[in-house]
Amino acid sequence: MSRAKPEDDEYWNSSKYRAFTFEDDDDEFSRLKESKRAVNSMLVDDDEDDVEDVERVSWSGEPVESISWSVKETASSIRSGSEQGFPRIDTTPSLSKQGSGYSLSSLFKAFSESSVRAYAPELRRPRSDGKDFVSDLSLDETIRRMQKGRGFSLEKFRSLQDKLLLLDKAVSAHDGNVITAVLIYLKRSLSKEILFRELMSREVALRHYIHFLKETGEQKLLMDLLKALGRTEDMALMQYKEHLNIKDEGRRKDFLKSCLSLPFSQDDAAHVQDHYTLLERQIIIEEYDKKAVTDVFKKFPRKASILNMPIITTLYYSCFYHYGELEQSFKHKENIPALGARAKLRSWSDVDSLFNTKNWLGYTKKRSPIAFHRVVDILQKNSAPVQVLQDYVNLIDDPELKLSVALKYKCHDVIINTYRDLKDRQLLVSYRDKLEQDSPEYRKIQELLSNGQVRWKN
Amino acid sequence: MFISIYSPAPVVWHLQMAQTERRDAPGLPDFFQLKRLARDQLIFLLEELPGKKDLFIDADLMSPLDRIANVTILKQHEVDKLYKVELKPIVSGSDQLCFLIRPRIKTVKWISDLVNSDKTAGRFRRYKIIFTPQKFYAYVTTDEWNFYILPLDDDILSLELPEFFRDTFLEGDQRWMTTGGGALHLLQSVYGSFSKVYGIGRCAKMVYESWRELTEEGEQRTRQPEFAKVFLIDRDVDYVTPLCSQVVYEGLVDDIFRIKCGSVEFGPDVTSSDKSIKVMLTSQDQVFSEIRNEHFSNVFGFLSQKAKNLQTAYDKRRGMDIQQMKAFVADELKGLKQEHRLLSLHIGASESIMKKKTKQDFQELLKTEHSLLEGFETRESIAYIEEHINRQVSMIDSLRLLCLLSITENGLLSKDYRSLKAQYLQSYGMDHLLTFANLRQLGLLEEQQTGETLTVMESKVGKLVNDKTVGKLTDAFSSLAKKSNFRALSKRLALVPKYGEEYDLRVPRDMAYIFSGAYVPLSCKLIEQVLERDGWTGLEEVTRMLNGQEFAVTGL
Repeated sequence: MSRAKPEDDEYWNSSKYRAFTFEDDDDEFSRLKESKRAVNSMLVDDDEDDVEDVERVSWSGEPVESISWSVKETASSIRSGSEQGFPRIDTTPSLSKQGSGYSLSSLFKAFSESSVRAYAPELRRPRSDGKDFVSDLSLDETIRRMQKGRGFSLEKFRSLQDKLLLLDKAVSAHDGNVITAVLIYLKRSLSKEILFRELMSREVALRHYIHFLKETGEQKLLMDLLKALGRTEDMALMQYKEHLNIKDEGRRKDFLKSCLSLPFSQDDAAHVQDHYTLLERQIIIEEYDKKAVTDVFKKFPRKASILNMPIITTLYYSCFYHYGELEQSFKHKENIPALGARAKLRSWSDVDSLFNTKNWLGYTKKRSPIAFHRVVDILQKNSAPVQVLQDYVNLIDDPELKLSVALKYKCHDVIINTYRDLKDRQLLVSYRDKLEQDSPEYRKIQELLSNGQVRWKN
Repeated sequence: MFISIYSPAPVVWHLQMAQTERRDAPGLPDFFQLKRLARDQLIFLLEELPGKKDLFIDADLMSPLDRIANVTILKQHEVDKLYKVELKPIVSGSDQLCFLIRPRIKTVKWISDLVNSDKTAGRFRRYKIIFTPQKFYAYVTTDEWNFYILPLDDDILSLELPEFFRDTFLEGDQRWMTTGGGALHLLQSVYGSFSKVYGIGRCAKMVYESWRELTEEGEQRTRQPEFAKVFLIDRDVDYVTPLCSQVVYEGLVDDIFRIKCGSVEFGPDVTSSDKSIKVMLTSQDQVFSEIRNEHFSNVFGFLSQKAKNLQTAYDKRRGMDIQQMKAFVADELKGLKQEHRLLSLHIGASESIMKKKTKQDFQELLKTEHSLLEGFETRESIAYIEEHINRQVSMIDSLRLLCLLSITENGLLSKDYRSLKAQYLQSYGMDHLLTFANLRQLGLLEEQQTGETLTVMESKVGKLVNDKTVGKLTDAFSSLAKKSNFRALSKRLALVPKYGEEYDLRVPRDMAYIFSGAYVPLSCKLIEQVLERDGWTGLEEVTRMLNGQEFAVTGL
C-alpha cells in the first residue's frame, strides 16, 4: 500500500513513538540502575524472623515441598542408589476382586479383547437409568451413553448402513472422543478400502481418523490412507518426519537418502536433497574434527558437534575452524613471505570445497543452495581475504546485487569491471577519486579511461 | 468479567485492563472455591486405593497440581513417592501405583507395557489410573478427575491444556469440546447461571452446544447469577494479536522468562545471587500487580518511585524510641521486607528484559511489525525479515514475523514464499520443512492464491463433495484455515489508529497502548463492540469477514 508518507526517520521520531525506545542510553534506564543500587544497599535489621517470609527455595530454585521439588528429590535419591533396582517378587496375591474392582486382568486384557465392552464407575452419580442391558439400545441412546462414559456395545451395528449411520450420528454430536471410538470400531469391522472410501466424503471423521492413526503410530496404514486420498505431498512429509526418531546419524543419513524418491513438491524435494548431502558432509567433518588437536581447536574448543546443524551454522563453523587451522600450520614455515597471498588462497580451498566438490552437493562452482551474497557475508565475517571474497562476488547472478555487495566489501576489481561493462565513465571517475592515488586499482582505472577504444556512454 | 477459554496462554492482560475501568462491575467471585472442589475430588479418588502408593504424574500436570494439592496433602493421603511420567521403565518398589495423567494414547500404552512387564516378571501390584480433566474412550476401567479449571489469579481462569491448540486447530480433532462445555457447566453450578452468552467461531459453537446439553440434563439452579455474561471466541478468529510483540511488563516477562501456570523462574542474573528462584506472579505480589499492565516505558519510573518510598519507610526507624520500634517491627517490618524482596526481583527482571531486547534490536522489530499492521512499506519489511533470518536472531521471532506478514497481506507472493522459506531452512535447519507444512495447514503462513475469490473456491469444493468417485481432495477442503481479511477488518473496526497529537502511554486513552499506540487488538475490539450492542446487530459485515459462526443467547 503506497501512501504519501514523510521521510522514514521523521515518521518514526514523531510524537507517536517518541515515548519510548529500547535503547541503552535512555534516561529512564539509568534511573532504574540507580534504584537497583539503592534497593540492594538498603540495610535491613536482624534477619532472624525472616524465615517464614521468604519463600523457601531449594538449590534448584523450586519451592521446597512443591511437587516438582519432591519429584526431583526422589529421582536423585534413586540415582544415588538408595532405591532398589529389581522388583521384589511378592508372593502374596494382592490382586483381589474386592476393593476397587480395577483388576489387573481387566486392565491389560482389554488391549487384546475383541468385543468392545466398556464399563465406567459411576462417581457420585445418584440414579441409574435402569437401562443397563446394552444390546437393546438404539442409535441415539448408544451415542448418548458413549458421551456420558456409560457402558455400551457397538457390536449390534452390523450392516454397513448401520455403521455409517452410527458414524454420522457421532459426528453430529461434536464429541471428538465419541467419533474416535466409533472409528476404532469401524477400523476393526470394515475392510480398509470400504472405510477409506466412506471417509473421503466425511471431512470431520476423516480428520479424527488421521489424528488417531498418528497418535497410535500406525505409519503404514496412515500412508495408505493418504495415498488413497491423493495427498501425496502429505504422505512424503509424514514419511520424512520419521527421521526425527532416528538418533544415529549414519542411519539417519541413509533414511534421508531413501526419502529422496518420495513425492515431494519440487521445492521441498530440493530441500530434502540438501538436507541429505549436508548431513553426509557433516558426518565426514565430525569424524575428522572429533580427533582434531590443532591449536584452533584447543583455543576455541567446540561446544557441540556439527551434526544436524543448519547449513549456515555449518558454513560459519567451517570458515572458523578450517581456515584458522591451516593458517596456524603455515605460521611455522620460514618462507611465508614467498608464499604470501597464494598460500592464503590455498588455505581457503577447504572452504571452497564446500561449494565446488561434486560429492558435497553435486553442484559445480556455479551453483549453491545458499545465495552467494550470503556466502560472501559469512566469509567476510570470518576475515576471508579480499581475493576470496571477489571470487564469490563474481558468482552473484543479479548485476545490481553483485554491484552493491562489491561496493560494500570494496571488491575493486569487480566494481571496475562492472562500470566498464556499463560503459559508464562518470561512475568510474567518481570511484577512482575515492581510491589511493598510487594503488593498483587507481592505475587500472586510469588505464581504462585512457583507452581510446572504449566508447563511453558519458 | 470476561472468560477467554481459547487462549492457550492463560494471560489475558488486556481484558483485565478493560475490566478495571468499569466501576459498575460487580466484585469478583471467589474462584478459589474451584481449587477446594478439585482438591476434595482428588483426595476422594486417592483414597479409593487405600494404603501406601507411589504417584506418577504427567509433566504438565505437576505445576497445576501444586496449586491444588501440595506434597503435604498428598502425603497425608498415603502417597509415598512422587514420580514424573517419562515413558521409560520405572524404578519403584511400591506395591500400589497410581497414575495421574492426561488422556493420551502414548501414556496409556506405556502403562499397559509396564503392567505387562510386571506380569512377566511375576510381580503383583495394584494399579489405578486417574485421567484429568476427563477420560477418553479407553478400553480399561479408569477414573476421571474433573479438574477443569485452575484459577491462576483473582480474575484469570485457565484450563491448562497445552495440547488444545494443536489438537483442535491443526489436527481438527474435537476431543476437547466437551471439556470446554464441562468447564462452563462447572462454573455455572458453583457460581450461578449466566444471563447472556455471546460467541463466534466453529469451536465456540460446539462448546456452547455441549454445555447446553449438560445444563439441560442437570438439575435446575435458581441461584442468583454472579456471572452476567460469557463470551466464547475461537483462537483463530484473531491470530494477529498474539503474533505481535508485547510491550507491557507482564508480556515482556512472559516473552523472556516464560510464565507457566502463573509462575516464573528468575535466574541468577535477575536475583543478583548464584541461585535461581521460582515465583508466583499474581495480584498477591503487590509490586507486580501494579506494573503488570503498564507499558514498559512506565515501569522504570514506577519502580524508581517505589524504591524511594521504601527507603523512606525504612528510614523512619531512625528517629524511633523503643515503643515505636516494637510496633514497627510487629506491624510494618514484615510487609516492608516483602516489598523489598519483590522490588528487587522486578528491578532485576526489568534490567534483564532491557538488556536482552536491546541486544536483539527490539526497536527495529517493533517498527517492522507496525509497518506490517499498517500495510505500509511492505518490501522494506520483507527485507528486514530476510536479514532477521540471515542473522539467525531467533527461530520463533523470525517465524512470527513471517506469519504476521502472511496474515496481513493475505499470503506471501510465491517468489517471496519460496525464497524466505529456503532462507529460513538454511538458517534454522532443514527439518523446519515440517514446521512450514503445519503453518500452511493452519493458514498462518501461506502463498497467495492467484486470482481466486471466496466464491470460486466454494463452488470448487462443493463440486468435490458431491463427486464421490474423485479420490483427490484439494488443500482447501482438508485445511481448516479460514481466509484472512485483516486489512478490511482493520479498516472497518479502526484497528490501526491515526493520532493527531501525541499518544500518551502513561494515561492511555484506549487499548492500543499495549502496542505502543499502533494497533488495537482485534479480539478485544470485537468483544467490546458486541457487549456495547448487546449482540451482533450492526456487525454483519465484520462477522462475514470473520467467516461467520457468531451467536448470542439470552438466559441459559
